[in-house]
Amino acid sequence: MREKKTVFKLFFVWDFEKEERWLNEMAQEGWILDNTGFSFYTFVRCEPGEYIIRLEMNPSSDYRAFVKELGAEYIGGCVNWVYFRRKAELGSFELLSDIDSRLTHLSRINRMLSLLCLANLILGITNSLNQARCGWLNLLCAAMLSYALGRIHGMKAALEKERSLHE
Amino acid sequence: MENLALTESTYYILLSLYHPQHGYGIMQQTEQLSGGRVHLAAGTLYGALTSLCEKGWIRPLPAESGSRKKEYQLTAEGVQVLKHELARLQQLVANGESILKEEAL
Repeated sequence: MREKKTVFKLFFVWDFEKEERWLNEMAQEGWILDNTGFSFYTFVRCEPGEYIIRLEMNPSSDYRAFVKELGAEYIGGCVNWVYFRRKAELGSFELLSDIDSRLTHLSRINRMLSLLCLANLILGITNSLNQARCGWLNLLCAAMLSYALGRIHGMKAALEKERSLHE
Repeated sequence: MENLALTESTYYILLSLYHPQHGYGIMQQTEQLSGGRVHLAAGTLYGALTSLCEKGWIRPLPAESGSRKKEYQLTAEGVQVLKHELARLQQLVANGESILKEEAL
């Protein structure tokens, strides 16, 4: 049986690149992600540098099949985020290689956050009006999601500025 | 026809699909044609294939039995788009060359 360890760690939604970097550092140290879900990461032992790991927000199951066709393994996912690993010996492994597709990705995250934010806002207002006790919690969630939306918007604006000059 | 420049990724995907090809084949051909300069990542390629199918510039081929890999090919409209883009690129090159040559004198 391979050695295993589980780490609990939270990343902000706009920090997905930092999360990916951390997972690749773990893989460099000989720990490859084997399972994940909300706030937990289970790693198993691997050869240091054996794998490259990538993550993306893409709910399409057709997409998952497409990436697998390219020799990658689907590790798991959490609220529309999918995690893949591929052997480093197969060459460089990336999910988004141009500005346009990175912008599309950010728009997808934006859409999901907007929906969640709106739902929390509506729940928060109705709960508060009905004097329910958890109304403020929904409003707090909505406020935090708005902040996340602002961060994603900032990332998009920076990319769009770059896109106006080159691909 | 819309007079819009294609992105480098789109241009190479369309070129690669002059003959039927699956995802991995498109990546390899693009890398080979561009001398290793243009690398198509999985998600970028997937997104582009989906939108190019919607536009009708390429089409998925009926899956052969026993093969899981989906193949795509250029449509007649896709060939037109490529020809249009080639003419645009030729003009870009010609303009660049003529002006930079003058500068060199």
